[in-house]
This record gives sequence, C-alpha cells and structure tokens, in this order.
Amino acid sequence: MSPTPPARSTASFDRRRTTAVELDGVTFGYDRTRQILTGISMTIPRGQVVAIMGGSGCGKTTILRLIGGQLRPRAGRIMVAGQSVPDLDRDGLFALRREVGMLFQFGALFTDLSVFENVAFPLREHTDLSEDMIRDLVLMKLNGVGLRGAAPLATGALSGGMARRVALARAIALDPMLVMYDEPFAGLDPISLGIVGQLIRKLNDALGITSVVVTHDVYESLKIVDYLYFVSDGRIVAQGTPDAVRASRDPFVRQFVDGQADGPVPFHVAAAPLDTAFALDVR
Amino acid sequence: MSASAIADGLRRVGGGTRRAISRLGFAARFALAVLLHSPEGLKRIRLTLREIYFSGVLSLVIILVSGLFVGMVLALQGYDVLQRYGASESLGILVSLSLVRELGPVVAGLLFASRAGSAITAEIGLMKATEQLSAMEMMAVDPLARVVAPRFWGGVISMPLLAALFSTLGVYGAYLVGVKLIGIDAGAFWGNMQSVVDFRADIVNGIIKSAVFGVIVSLIAVFEGYDAAPTAEGVSRATTRTVVASSLSILAADFVLTVFMFRGVGVV
Repeated sequence: MSPTPPARSTASFDRRRTTAVELDGVTFGYDRTRQILTGISMTIPRGQVVAIMGGSGCGKTTILRLIGGQLRPRAGRIMVAGQSVPDLDRDGLFALRREVGMLFQFGALFTDLSVFENVAFPLREHTDLSEDMIRDLVLMKLNGVGLRGAAPLATGALSGGMARRVALARAIALDPMLVMYDEPFAGLDPISLGIVGQLIRKLNDALGITSVVVTHDVYESLKIVDYLYFVSDGRIVAQGTPDAVRASRDPFVRQFVDGQADGPVPFHVAAAPLDTAFALDVR
Repeated sequence: MSASAIADGLRRVGGGTRRAISRLGFAARFALAVLLHSPEGLKRIRLTLREIYFSGVLSLVIILVSGLFVGMVLALQGYDVLQRYGASESLGILVSLSLVRELGPVVAGLLFASRAGSAITAEIGLMKATEQLSAMEMMAVDPLARVVAPRFWGGVISMPLLAALFSTLGVYGAYLVGVKLIGIDAGAFWGNMQSVVDFRADIVNGIIKSAVFGVIVSLIAVFEGYDAAPTAEGVSRATTRTVVASSLSILAADFVLTVFMFRGVGVV
C-alpha cells in the first residue's frame, strides 16, 4: 500500500527546490527473475549537469525511464521537484512530463514532420499560443542550437548530429525544469560530439535547468558535467566530481576511464572452465 | 516416448496457449483503449483526414484497377455459363449481385489489408522502433490519441468507400465486356440489374460488410504495429501478421455475416 495518496492532476512541481531529482533505494526489474537495478540512490541538485555512466545494458536508460514515470520501481522512492513520481496518476504523470524534456538516443524526431514542426509539436499540443508566437519561439529554440536555417528541412535530410540538436531544441521547447539525455553522444563525429556537449552545458546554464546525461562517453562527459555516477550491474559502484574521478584509484573507475579490456568488468563472460569446455585431460 | 518428453510437449502447448490467450486479452484491452481515446483523436480532425488520404486515396489505383478487371473476368465467365441456358441477358444481375454482396467487400478488404493495413503496421512499428512513440509519451502526448486513433478511423472510414468504388468499377468492367465486347443488349443488362438488385438487402448489407471489414483490418493493423518488437525483424513479422490475420479474419467474418444477412436464400 502506498504511504501517501496518489497525487491528482493538480500535482505541482516546485522548480525552486535545491534538489531537482532524488532516488532513494530504487530497485527495478521487468520480471521476478531478472533484476535490472538494485538499491540505486542518487541526488541531483538543481542547476547541475549530472552524468550517469556505465557500460551498455547496465540499466542507465532504465533510470531515466523511472524518473520520467514510464516505468514504476519495485521498491524505493523517486522524487522530482518534490513530487513522488510512482504515486502520480496518469494526469499527474503528464503534468510532470510537461516539466521534463527528454532527448532520446537517436533523436526520435517525428519522421512525418519537418524540423520546424518537430520543435513546434509540444507547443501546439500543450499551449494555445498564436501561430506567430509559435513561429517565433520555434525559431528562437532552433537558433539556440544553431539550426534556424534548417527549419524547413525534412528530418530525413539531417545528419546524426543535426538530428540530435533538433531533438534538443524540441526537448527545451516548453522551457522544462529538467532535461534528460539518453546517450546524446552515441554515433556522432568529433565535431558534432563537441557541439552537442557544449550545447548541453550552455543551455543548462543559460536556461537555469537541471540536466541528467546518461552516457558511456567518459571524455566528453568529464568536460561538461558537475558530478558523475558510475553504474555497473544495476548498482552505483562509484561517484564523484570530474576531478575526483580523474584522480580516483577505484578499480572500476580506472577501468572505465582508461578503457581497460579486463578488470572489475571481466573480459570473458562467465563460462565453464577451459578444460571442461575443450574436454582437456589436465594432469 | 519418455515421460519427461511428454511433459515438455504439454508444457510447450500450455505455454503457447497461455501466451495466445494473454495476447488476445491484450488486444481486447487495446481495442477498448483505442475507442476510449477516439474522441480525443477525432478532435485532431486534420490527422484523421490525412490518414483517410494515406489509407483511402492512395489505395485508389489498386482498388479501381482490380475492380475493373474482376468485373471484366466475371462477365466473361458468367456469360460462358449463362449463354448455355439461354440466360445471357441476366449477366447484369449475376455480376452486380456477386460484386455488391461478396466480391466488392471481400476483395476490396483483402486488397486494403495488403496495401493500407501493412503500411499502417509498418509505420507504427517503425515509430516504436525509433522511439518516436516513447518521445511522444515523454512529451505528455498519448500515442493512442495522436497516432493510433486517427489511423484506425482513417481505415474504418476509407474501407466502405473503397469497396463501393470497387463494385462500381466492377459493374462498369462487366458492362464493357458484356455489352460493348460480347454484344448483350444494354437495356437488358441495366434493366435486369435495376429490377433485381435490392437496395436494403444487397447494397446496404454489402456496405455493412465492408464497414465491419474496415474495423477488423484497421484494428489488427494498429494493434500489430503497436505491439511489434522494436526491431527490423519485429516490424517485418508484425507486417506479415497483419496481412495474414486480416485476410483470414475477413474471410471468417464474411461467412458469419453472410449467414445472418442472406438467410432468405436458403443458406440456413
């Protein structure tokens, strides 16, 4: 039974709280046999850029989906701007999502809409602004990511980096208090990678938002974030500021930062011993 | 056969049955959710009109050409049989009843499932695979109202219109072959047709059939797209399932509807 009654559609989000997001002992699994996250606790202060790092399939994206209310935890507490996310009803969740922008791994732009219409989409759905106002706002957001000139283009005409920037403009269209980035650097060339990294930092500071970046790109992250959490096998195994991470002697952090093939995350997947697998007669 | 092999076999059959029933239950809940979200979806009337264009207007070529040829073949085959009994003047009746009662709704339904149903499934499945549906959810927009409901109603509205056009072109094709090519009297062709084809019993029942097929195909198409595994293989399988399930459902539903609609002809 939930300790507090579910919030109604009148759920209010306090944008001025010093803690934007708080996870406390969050445990999650898609079914009873497979646990994805175990006892995740993290605090994301307002106005900071925080990275959640870890190898592929370690549960990083699941954390974002839990914060956005797309998944419900099996145990633990998830608070966004003072509201308990798992206790929100459908209307409350939709109210939360109007306050939260999300950039998906490959942009997730709507392929049947132009660049302009993609950015205008949340404005058209959630506001009754005039067409002139929507046009000005969209062009301002696109200008912020350097793509005002691409407004009339079809999404199919964009490079990977441009698509990511358009998706970023769309994510901030409603001036959210929190923006979540799911692998924003994946598959980008070095120039686009630098641009996206700088945009995350600059937009965070200029708009006074809070950013959560899920990534495995350690070098780019260390340049732009205020704090990092390392996740492995669904648990937080290390955390710290970029300086602390660079100086860390923690074996997992060193393996991740230095890109070592073997270490706390083993090179070999668990398997039968060699002599058994190859039927060797070991004397 | 050992006891464990039998147990394994039974377990597989049981598991498969349970999954099938579970999926059927999910499909029923999905259908209910689509209906509940329909008012919200229909408010975005431009989206529904757009889907009528994609499902209906863009299916016109295949429907019209198929209708014309089916009518022409029906006239040739019908004339061959009727003239043996000296009843070639009844060609108009044979063709029109065949088309408005059966071939129009059924063949147009099968073509609609192949052309529009598969496209709807592939589009929604790809939107899911590329996280567009998740992105929509995260922007506090319900994909059932924004994506699914307009496509469902676009298909439901298009299907009866396409079936009517199929039958119309079929009758015209039969006219070209029967009257213009073979030389049957035009007055007999149209006059017999007019006197025998009943608006309520034949045409309205044909329209009801095509509307039911429209609901079946559209629902299967949006469900399979929404339920597709978010991979290239998943979308491909979902598209195939749409065509197969829609076609079989149309044929089965056609039998059931025919039993109820045309009892007077001695079927039951």
